[in-house]
Amino acid sequence: MSLYFTELRRLSKRRLTRLLLVLLLLGLATVATAFSFSSHQLSKETVAAAQVESDAQYQRAMEDWKKTVADCDAAKARGDQDTEERYGPNCGRDWQPQPEMFDPKWNLPYQFDFRAEFPMFIAVFAGAVALFAFIVGASYVGAEWSTGGMMNLLLWRPKRLAVLGTKLAALLTTVLGVSLVLGAFWTLAFWLIGRYRGTTAKVTAGVWQSIGLDGLRAVGLILLVGAVAFALASLGRHTAMALGAAVAVFAISEIGIRIAVAVLSVPFGDRYVLSTYAQSWFMKKVELFDYDTCQFAKGACEPAKLVVTWQQSALVLGVGAAAALIGAFWSMRRRDIA
Amino acid sequence: MSAVLEIEGLRKTYRSRKRGVRHALDGFDMRVEAGQVHGFLGPNGSGKTTTLRTLLGLIRPNGGRMAILGQELPQALPAVAGQVGAIVESPQFFPHFSARDTLGLLAQAGELPKQRVDEVLELVGLRDRAGERVKTYSLGMKQRLAVASALLKNPKLLILDEPANGLDPGGIREMRGLMRDLSAAGMTVVLSSHILGEIQLICDSVTIISLGRRVAFGPVDEVLAAHSQGAVRVRLEAVTDLPQATETLTRAGIRVTAEPDHLMLSGVDKPATVSRVLAEQGLYVSELTPVAVDLESVFLELTATAPVPGQHRQVDQSTKVGEPGSGATTGGWGA
Repeated sequence: MSLYFTELRRLSKRRLTRLLLVLLLLGLATVATAFSFSSHQLSKETVAAAQVESDAQYQRAMEDWKKTVADCDAAKARGDQDTEERYGPNCGRDWQPQPEMFDPKWNLPYQFDFRAEFPMFIAVFAGAVALFAFIVGASYVGAEWSTGGMMNLLLWRPKRLAVLGTKLAALLTTVLGVSLVLGAFWTLAFWLIGRYRGTTAKVTAGVWQSIGLDGLRAVGLILLVGAVAFALASLGRHTAMALGAAVAVFAISEIGIRIAVAVLSVPFGDRYVLSTYAQSWFMKKVELFDYDTCQFAKGACEPAKLVVTWQQSALVLGVGAAAALIGAFWSMRRRDIA
Repeated sequence: MSAVLEIEGLRKTYRSRKRGVRHALDGFDMRVEAGQVHGFLGPNGSGKTTTLRTLLGLIRPNGGRMAILGQELPQALPAVAGQVGAIVESPQFFPHFSARDTLGLLAQAGELPKQRVDEVLELVGLRDRAGERVKTYSLGMKQRLAVASALLKNPKLLILDEPANGLDPGGIREMRGLMRDLSAAGMTVVLSSHILGEIQLICDSVTIISLGRRVAFGPVDEVLAAHSQGAVRVRLEAVTDLPQATETLTRAGIRVTAEPDHLMLSGVDKPATVSRVLAEQGLYVSELTPVAVDLESVFLELTATAPVPGQHRQVDQSTKVGEPGSGATTGGWGA
């Protein structure tokens, strides 16, 4: 246990960890603060004013429409031949404005709806913390290798796998702690925004349960990203290895494969793209459509559909992470430390 | 005397598609007795650091036997690691941590009391700079920190690879004193260094390695004596007698090199023989001095790494024990 607590201390003492944590806090706080200003709680007066505004807009539209029809009729009476081009068929009588076209909500200021919109902000939070986990995870072990810290430690603790495993455990514990604490504050912040600058209506126990599950999936993805970064940097024995691999995966998966499947007209090409599985993990499922199966000339068409479920995502992401970790531990066990 | 460190037939081979097979350690042997300060010498690329890394579990050997404090390695390494303090090659530390943080983390990992950190900082002279980041340290200060990290465990066996590297003259003298004090306190010290004068001053015994094999070992005095080649300087009362003395000694089977005012003899078992042979011819010596060799000359001779005018020696050009033409396998010093 002493090694585990030592590694927790080492990780928390690192300047990069502290700097990134401050930046993460600032970033999340900025998003929440800016968002709180953009949301406005709707009072009865505001709703009534929006109704009045939309009624007025309807009246103006009706007057414009009546004037246009009258102008058209007058033009026809003068013998103009181009009224259909200028005013449309039947002098535009078919385009009479309808009251439902002027929904009062369009005149309302934006109001944050906690129940409907907070899941999207969980994804934003997960993205930011995953980036933190990636950089901290990669640099924590990468710097240990490149500065000789790992070798020094192995002179004290020669059990290599135990050392690497303890470092990984310390990283994941730290990332988990940061995720849970910041996640709690993030949820509280948006609940407060909803409560005082938006709405928290219809937030039932079931909604909280759903938010909790979304949060768990977010934390799972954050931990997975941290572990993969750690494994890649340990494999390459340098922080840059993980960063390079991330750039390579992005270039190959998100750009190269997309271009290739488009050129080759591969059905459901996005199923070969990594981000599809990250998206599916968050959204519970992603539906991919193959519009090439439709012949629109024959009328409406229901394109072929492929559903990528969160279980499939768990399998793909889990196997990828496991492969990276097994590689890192195998390398730690087998390779000389020079 | 019991052996604290034993290595027998250690082998490490590197295979590369481009460079082929290279035997970094080729049946290397080493033995260090308890309480000694033992010098571990060898030219660049001879296998010193590979030996130390292998011993410390950082490199996997291809064969051979190693033991520390009577326990077989690498199986018993976790058990003995707490009794072995080591620095290998240049000191390497996380640059943004202070010396106190660096040692504190190691002490915590090793479950050592915190006051031990202050003790070793005091010992290596870093007490007043312990709060500064390592990246601001000079090479000599980093070296002191490395020695402090090795001493932190209060080990029974201390392995130091080039500990004087980067130290100022005062620091080198302090290091010498520290080694002596540690040895006097019962610690066994293995010292790898190229400062052979220091080794000769500090060490009780030495092992010399060349191209992965041991070329000499034993107490420093014995190694020097074994390789002094019986060199003797002779001066006569009359310089004009030197040619006759040369002829007389050569006839007696002694190798003679004539200098303007004296003769240098080699292969002399007993200097008294020289005096007797010359006296029989009516030649009387005014000086008969056995010439002591130093460790540097023995090292250069054994490893065949002495500079030759007009030649640029490459790192792997040194003596390989057991190969035709190598002159280092004589006597009991060969591998």
